[in-house]
Parts: sequence; structure tokens; C-alpha cells
Amino acid sequence: MAYEKDIDHFIKGDGLDSEREQTIGQHIGYRYDVNLVPDYERLTPFLKRYIETMGWRDLNWLEDVHMGYEESRPAVFDRNINGWVTIPPEISLPDNQQDRDMIARELLIKFQMSPGHPMVDLRKAYAKF
Amino acid sequence: MAELEQDHESYELGMHTEQLSGRTQQVFFSAEESDHLVYPWAPQVDFEKTAEIDANSLDQRAVNQEISRLMNEGVGTITVRNPGAKHSLGVGILSRLNLHFDGSLGYFGCGLLDGPNVTVSGRVGWSCAENMMAGTVVIEKNGGSTFGAAIRGGDLVCKGDVGSRTGIDQKGGTIIVGGRTGAFSGFMMQRGRMVVLGDAGKNLGDSMYDGTIYVGGEIADLGVDAVEAEMTDLDCHWIERKLSQYGLEAPKGAKNMKKIVSGKQLWNYDNLEPAEKKLVL
Repeated sequence: MAYEKDIDHFIKGDGLDSEREQTIGQHIGYRYDVNLVPDYERLTPFLKRYIETMGWRDLNWLEDVHMGYEESRPAVFDRNINGWVTIPPEISLPDNQQDRDMIARELLIKFQMSPGHPMVDLRKAYAKF
Repeated sequence: MAELEQDHESYELGMHTEQLSGRTQQVFFSAEESDHLVYPWAPQVDFEKTAEIDANSLDQRAVNQEISRLMNEGVGTITVRNPGAKHSLGVGILSRLNLHFDGSLGYFGCGLLDGPNVTVSGRVGWSCAENMMAGTVVIEKNGGSTFGAAIRGGDLVCKGDVGSRTGIDQKGGTIIVGGRTGAFSGFMMQRGRMVVLGDAGKNLGDSMYDGTIYVGGEIADLGVDAVEAEMTDLDCHWIERKLSQYGLEAPKGAKNMKKIVSGKQLWNYDNLEPAEKKLVL
């Protein structure tokens, strides 16, 4: 699995490892292990409530969500805004990717369900039904 | 007239005058302030509150509107009787809901879902659950072509056979096929997982960029840049857990399934992709 060598690799450096990445000046996000299997022993109480509320038996679409690193900052990608949402600096990062992923999932849900999410205004302006 | 009002509203919200260039960070939200579990606009539904719709004399638009009306009344479990293979039923549901179709669906059934749990006791036509974002859709019988086209998240399960181009342009989530799948399944797949318990047709995983396809039966042949990879314990564990949720199991065991991934020879990312907008919580 990814991250076993150095979990902070993308925080310590600029993430431009391969020749191709150095040529284009940005890292290729797809190299993350998108199939990293969640450890359900590490679910946060919030995520447990979310799963129960939705009537699911596992994390469902959140299985694909992992903490990523954008410009050496921990972040989670929000598909609803097509952008990275950076993790607040006051949140200390655990020393393993599984717990980091759970934090990313919880923050992403809180962000998406917040009345302050950009989709709320977009929906207000453009929703047809 | 309604369109004019909406347009006016969008100007009032500043969406046409907002300065986007040069803004790399913007504060929208505090992580401590929100404890919501559903979208702000989603109706508050109760799974214990049930209702039925007889679709026999209704067109598909009326059925979908009735589902929406019941949700707004707080109904959380809806059964649609006599769907009659009508097209585009159960689409665009962006909330938690238990939705049961007692019969078969036509084309584009259950598309654009974000959250609900749907069961279909019969068959489904082309493009079932296309662009699904989250939730579960379980089909008891067979599915048509482009099953789960461009799916982005959630679990899409067909317990029977499906047609060609299953999971075309898949961007996430899980597609499970209990039987066989046709040619060009996983075409241009970019993320997510596909599990086929039976045989797979020609050109499996053609031009796939990422994601994983597991096949329990025979593979007619692999598409361009699709290669076989080694099954790991994590793969087996995940497959067994996922299948058990839907009462399925791999005929020869998960460890004997074939795992297909991208050979990554077609990767050609460049800096012409639009810069991603960055936000700070």
C-alpha cells in the first residue's frame, strides 16, 4: 500500500518526484492508492452516525475518499466543488493513513452538509425543481 | 418567467461578478460549526414512514414527482408498484430514502442518485444508475448495456447478467455483477472497483486509467492498456465483505478471481488541466 515508507512524504516536499511531474511542475494526484481499504475499526463516531442515518452498511462512496496533499498541505478533494479543501492547521495529523482518511471523510461530510457550502447558493440560484 | 427570476437571483448572489482569478484561498466554513448529516435542502424523511405508488396509470414524470412529494411529506420508504419498464424512473434523488420498485425499469432508471437505497425486483434497461454519486442500487435480475455509466460513488449491484460497456467512464464507487458482463466493460475507467462474478466479454478495461476490475469467470480478452495484477489479501477481504452485504459470493472464492488494472501506458497528464480551486475550512 502507499504511504508505508513515509506518510509525510507529500508534506515534507513539493511532491514532484517523477520526471514527468518535474516537467509539468505539478504532481499527478492519481498516483495515490485510491483502493486503500478502510479499516472499519477506526471509524469516528460522526461517521458511524452518518452511515446509520443513510441506512448503509459501510462507508459507501466515502470508501473512495482519502486524505491527499495539495502544495504540501493535507487536504481532501470535494467532488461537488471540484476543488481541494485543506485540513484546518489546528487539527493534528495522526501518524497513520487510516486515521487521516477518517478525518478527511468526516471533514468532507461536514463541509458538504454545511449551509455554507457553495452548492447551497448554486442550488438556490439554478435549481429547477 | 421562472428562468428570468432565477437568473436575477444569481446576479444578486454575485455569481456573475465574483472575482475568481487570483483567489487561491477562501474561507467558507468552520469544521466545528456543522454537525449536519444530510444536505441542507434535503427533506427530513423517516424510514419508518412508508407509502406506495401505483405507477400503472402514471407517466414517468408523474411517478418521479410523486416520489418527490412523498419525500417532502417525510416518507422515508416508498414502494413503486407496476413500474412497467418506464424510462427514467427514480432519478435525481439527492437524499436518504428507501425506494423499492416492484417490477422492471426501462432506460436510465435511478440515474443521478446521491444517497438513497434502491431495490428493483425485476430487470433494468440501458444506463441504469448512470452518474450515481452515493447510495445503493440492487437489481435482482438482469441489466442492459452501459450499466453504471460514469458512476462516481456508491454500490451498484446486478445479481444477473448485464450488457456491454458496463461501468464505462466509471469514476468511483463499486459495480457488482452477479453474472456475466458484455464487451468493453470498464471502458475508460478512471477510478473505483468493478466485481464480475461470471464471465467478461471482449476488450475488458479498454483504455482504463485507474481503478480495479475483478473477474470470477473467464475473460474473452483484455482491452488496450488493461493488465492483470496480483490479488492481495486486502483485495480478497474487501471483495468478501462487499459481496456478503448483498448475499453474493465468488463461485471459486475471492482469492481465485482475476484482478485487472491499468497498465498506465496511456497516462498523459499535463499542465493544461485547469487549476483547481483551493479552499480552506
